[in-house]
Amino acid sequence: MSMKATIRQVDSVIVIDISGRITLGEGCSQLRELIRDQLSKGKKQVLLNLADVTYIDSSGIGELVSAYTAVSNQGGQLKLLNLTKKVHDLLQITKLYTVFDIHDDEAKAIASFQK
Amino acid sequence: MTSEPSVVEVILESDLKNLEVAEEIVRRVAGIAGLGEESEHQIEMAVHESMINAIWHGNKNDASKSVWLRFDVYKDRLEIRVRDQGNGFNVAEIPDPCSTENLLKVSGRGIFLIRTFMDEFQVRYLPGSGTEVTMVKLIDPAHQAKQGGTEREHESHNSTS
Repeated sequence: MSMKATIRQVDSVIVIDISGRITLGEGCSQLRELIRDQLSKGKKQVLLNLADVTYIDSSGIGELVSAYTAVSNQGGQLKLLNLTKKVHDLLQITKLYTVFDIHDDEAKAIASFQK
Repeated sequence: MTSEPSVVEVILESDLKNLEVAEEIVRRVAGIAGLGEESEHQIEMAVHESMINAIWHGNKNDASKSVWLRFDVYKDRLEIRVRDQGNGFNVAEIPDPCSTENLLKVSGRGIFLIRTFMDEFQVRYLPGSGTEVTMVKLIDPAHQAKQGGTEREHESHNSTS
């Protein structure tokens, strides 16, 4: 199953609901394009909902880092929502758990963005 | 199961589309070995990352080349070998992706994940044949079905390039 994403806006925050695989190739390039597209529209508050991500590999983790850096460099914020156990464990193993702002409640995540 | 291993061996075209084929084989082999879900996922990731290294770095994304994949299922361990047609790499030269200066790098986590998930990891350059990665997951029969594998007992890193 390849990656699928739906985009919605809640207050000033762009929420991207991602499902499927974030892996080398299509999944990673799709995520890169989505972030690039949002930044080009001036949308700099991004919440990635990973609840339905079934698989992520080292390239997918790298793409999350790349998205985080791209948004931060534009003065924005990128946060993660609803990690599955597999993604949670991978972020802990790679010590990225401390880099990302991670939430498990969407309303609280939205509220945590700077107004 | 006797001391002779159950063997699964495939040769795949060096194409990223075969990642999911390799993952499906891992799931079946994990079933043969009686491994639990967590160990199965760890091995699946280790094979996935090894396949990417073989296809992308070893075979330089050349679909006319092949990746050889072999699983030896013993009573107490699962041994996996992935061989490409590339010129090898030196594991010692791969930077630590968890160090502060590398934490925000986009790539460089594949080998680290393999080492984390498997009990043994070796890389050998085979002149004329390519590069072969050998990974071992130890199987503790007492915990096999219940906990999905074994605790990490030891690790071996070796490279010849």
